[in-house]
Amino acid sequence: MHRFANPTQFMRIANAIFPWVAGLAVILFVIGLPIALVTSPPDYQQGETVRIMYIHVPSAWLALMVYGTMAGGSAAFLIWRHPIANLTAKAAAPMGAVFTGLALVTGMLWGQPMWGTFWVWDARLTSFLILFFLYLGYLALGDAFEDSERGDKAAAILCLVGSINIPIIHFSVTWWNTLHQPSIMKLGGDGVKSSVDGSILLPLFVMLGAFTMYFFAVLILRLRSELLAAKIRNARLSQAAVGDALGQAAE
Amino acid sequence: MAEYFNMGGYAAWIWPCYGLVTLGLVGVLVTTLRGLNARTREFEALKSARRGDGA
Amino acid sequence: MSVFTTVLARDLRLALRQSADSLTVIAFFAIATVLFPFGIGPEANILARIAPGVVWVTALLAALLSLDRIFTVDFEDGTLDQLILSGAPLPVVVLAKVTAHWLTTGVPLIIMSPVLAVTLHLPAEGYVPLMLALLLGTPTVSLVGAVGAALVLGTRRGGVLLSLLVLPLYIPVLIFGTAVIEGAITGVPVTPLILAGFAILALTLCPWAASAALRQAAE
Repeated sequence: MHRFANPTQFMRIANAIFPWVAGLAVILFVIGLPIALVTSPPDYQQGETVRIMYIHVPSAWLALMVYGTMAGGSAAFLIWRHPIANLTAKAAAPMGAVFTGLALVTGMLWGQPMWGTFWVWDARLTSFLILFFLYLGYLALGDAFEDSERGDKAAAILCLVGSINIPIIHFSVTWWNTLHQPSIMKLGGDGVKSSVDGSILLPLFVMLGAFTMYFFAVLILRLRSELLAAKIRNARLSQAAVGDALGQAAE
Repeated sequence: MAEYFNMGGYAAWIWPCYGLVTLGLVGVLVTTLRGLNARTREFEALKSARRGDGA
Repeated sequence: MSVFTTVLARDLRLALRQSADSLTVIAFFAIATVLFPFGIGPEANILARIAPGVVWVTALLAALLSLDRIFTVDFEDGTLDQLILSGAPLPVVVLAKVTAHWLTTGVPLIIMSPVLAVTLHLPAEGYVPLMLALLLGTPTVSLVGAVGAALVLGTRRGGVLLSLLVLPLYIPVLIFGTAVIEGAITGVPVTPLILAGFAILALTLCPWAASAALRQAAE
């Protein structure tokens, strides 16, 4: 575990993995997109719109997985003060917000032909909308402090509070949804599940893999960038300190 | 071919979906790479500046 | 005197001295609720239908406006640093401050709510559940709000940020709070015990989260 705590060691491992992850992402997209868009048959219920599922479900999956990653990173940062765990959470957050946004938009574009409207207060769409707000709050809080270290800790605490709340929010929204709109719930709830068969699973899993590998590849790049930013900050600080010392010596 | 792009009448929803997701994924990649490049350059500049000071 | 009662008494005394703050929150609650008939029209049926939700939403917003009071003054005048340095158990301090906040904003909101519900033509069966739901729901609002208020200490644009952090977390309370009232009106009762459950969960977790946030704010 402590091997991963050391930024240099960690980045050595991450950099060794990077070509594999990035390569796998490219390969899976090259295989998956033609299957998803051309060779897979239309679904008997949803018709061609099932093709939206092949990018909607992976976006939704990553929206959740990124939050899980951030929660793990934030916990490790607060408990063991691992700087790399904090940087992971920080680097992942904007990607999570983008994936949540994409899951929402693709869900709406799928809903328009299926439900006849862009938006229904379906339990899943609603939960993702709230998740999107949680991401926005995290990003806004991390960004709101003059002193970036304070922002890191505050954002980590917020992330953990949010991760405890997500199941409660999802439970509440699902309950609320069955209370008010039983018919639409049925339509929305089984959109994917009812029509699971082999021809859908193959493109779905390839695209899930492609999105996940893409996330890991870009996450490593973002981590490199965050580490550099930290190094630049430190260099600036020590430079300022040296400058002060020289100035005082001159006086 | 035109029939394929028509997507059984659902072209207006399917293609924007794929377009937006592509835009999102490529957008994140591009901003990440640009940030990484900018910081690499800044870091190198700092390092060489310091080497200049030290000498 | 224990830490809890000392802090509670001090905060209550301060709130009493600045009672205009509490009154402003109540006034906001009233004006925000009264805006709805102007936007929607004075038809009694429609207003009665939306009354539980409107009262809950405006109560949440009113509570939100008062949250920064919990810690900001202590943060700015250095009392917070002293409290932390004194080695007092911080979760207990937080709990005392949250209790003071609930007594000075939550309770007035509960007392005021039936009056506002009358203007919205809430059916007669709804009043007791309304007050009960607010009674069980507002402690969670104060507790979760305290975490948010501690997190935004020392930020630029703290108030707007606080609403972005805290309002999504209020959604479960809002859902069950209105459901309890609507259930009583439509005759399909919804148990208010879920709200009590939320309050107990918030009571066990929020003081710790808020004190962690206060510690990093005071560093």
